[in-house]
Amino acid sequence: MLRYSLRRLLGAIPTLFLLTAFTFFMIRAAPGGPFSRERQLLPEIEANLNAAYHLDEPLYMQFGRYLGGLLRFDFGPSFQYRDYTVTELIKTGFPVSLKLGGAAMLVALVIGVAAGCIAALRQNRAADHGVMAVAMTGISIPNFVMAPLLILVFAVYLRWLPAGGLGGLRTMVLPVTALALPQIAYLARLTRGSMIEVLRSNFIRTAKAQGLPTWQIVVRHALRPVLLPVVSYLGPAAAAVITGSVVIEQIFSVPGIGRFFVTGALNRDYTLVMGVVVFYGALIIAFNFVVDLAYAWLDPRVKYK
Amino acid sequence: MSAGAASVLADEGGGRGLWADAWRKLKRNRAAVVGAWIIGLMAVLVIVGPWFSSHAFDFTDFGSISLPPSFEAGHPFGTDTLGRDLFVRTLYGGRISLLVGIVGTAVSLVIGVAYGAIAGYFGGRLDALLMRIVDILYALPFMFFVILLMVFFGRNILLIFVAIGAVNWLDMARIVRGQTLSLKCREFVEAAEAQGVGAFAIIRRHVVPNLLGVVAVYVTLMIPQVILIESFLSFLGLGVQEPMTSWGALVHDGAAELESAPWILIFPAAFLAITLFCFNFVGDGMRDALDPKDR
Repeated sequence: MLRYSLRRLLGAIPTLFLLTAFTFFMIRAAPGGPFSRERQLLPEIEANLNAAYHLDEPLYMQFGRYLGGLLRFDFGPSFQYRDYTVTELIKTGFPVSLKLGGAAMLVALVIGVAAGCIAALRQNRAADHGVMAVAMTGISIPNFVMAPLLILVFAVYLRWLPAGGLGGLRTMVLPVTALALPQIAYLARLTRGSMIEVLRSNFIRTAKAQGLPTWQIVVRHALRPVLLPVVSYLGPAAAAVITGSVVIEQIFSVPGIGRFFVTGALNRDYTLVMGVVVFYGALIIAFNFVVDLAYAWLDPRVKYK
Repeated sequence: MSAGAASVLADEGGGRGLWADAWRKLKRNRAAVVGAWIIGLMAVLVIVGPWFSSHAFDFTDFGSISLPPSFEAGHPFGTDTLGRDLFVRTLYGGRISLLVGIVGTAVSLVIGVAYGAIAGYFGGRLDALLMRIVDILYALPFMFFVILLMVFFGRNILLIFVAIGAVNWLDMARIVRGQTLSLKCREFVEAAEAQGVGAFAIIRRHVVPNLLGVVAVYVTLMIPQVILIESFLSFLGLGVQEPMTSWGALVHDGAAELESAPWILIFPAAFLAITLFCFNFVGDGMRDALDPKDR
């Protein structure tokens, strides 16, 4: 187990390196710099600015400097928010994004798996068709369409919930719903398919033949194999939630990392954009690592090789 | 279709052939049939509709700003904040969205099928390397790269196709590889190999035609994904640029006027949602019909 974990951790390093290198050189290859504005700067001033941010060094040295900084969790200064470092910005934004994204993942997992189980146990009956119809809606309506519609209904017409900002629990309901819905849908479909397959297998038939009650069969015997595909989908789900948070934070004016990313990208804030991509990339890689461990723990057939 | 492909089709599906069998199953799936009809109607509507309207999609009329929907005023969907007719804009945006959906899918289809077929057919080290690359790419937050591409390299529609194609081929490559692995052990591939046919010729003539069934399923499921990605970009203001428009861009405009003029949001959102719905229904139906191991 320990060796397996170590190997997986070591394997993550090249991925992270590639991610950093790819982002770094892609941004540098783009025309226009962070100081190219409508108003032309004096050449001396531009030279000074470039020197201050080490933009006058050869590219490989800048890249080395950036990598060196990363090892110390230093993402460099932000070009746009002059008084802040990117690390500080990520520190202020991440707790907010984590709260939203984490809540969305949790809600999606609980509701999605439960709905999928119910649908599978009532296959081809009303409950099944209902769950699948809702799931189809969740998959087909993108969250940036769902979010304004939710605002329109629950904030503008019914006035039940606030349309934006971030305060207590009430402000979280709409953004979390918008973020979680597509994932609920995917998880419900996945769980249903998996459960139907598992319920047909021999060991379940044996359990049934022994006269165990249905709930016991489901919870004690079926759930574990059913959860395997669900667990392996969690990685992509996390990536989707993070991507979705970019628009959701925008729509609900939540001061999270996603908003920093969009404004940073529009303002060519190199370091901020790079910092967010590298940070989220590392987060997704770390999450996938945890998911793999969970998978190995759930499925005794997986050998730690 | 080649001889190799035809021989497989003949021995599957109990004499009736895989395609005929699938077609029969698909026709019995009511959701898929209705979905296909609506997609067809939608396509005709967005292509033909703008010709019959007296308004141009980019004509701004400051005398009729944010009018609610009304047939008497000649604006069945109302007008937007610049006085442009929303009906024409919704249809026009539909053209762009569907076009991006089809071309973007085609790009990822070509990349994915070539990549997956080569990895699967050659196997061994090359396969391990190629699939390791796919694994690494899978772990990356891809949408962020697309956003960066759009921001730093200008926002033209060609780049949207490339960016979306570059993102979306991973699934296709994996599926195609898996199918190729099982196909290459079949007799007709062995026969071709024995006759000394080159590897790429075998891939082109015997492997790829036999992948069509599975590929067709995922193409139908990929089109809505691509439309979704384009809308996502346009929603962030990074996709199609004014005065051109797409459903995503229209939803973006509508979300800004939510309280004062909800129709600017509702019509494009409904068109987008209905289209995505129908593609997903057809895709699911095709999967049930053509890919029996699933579900």
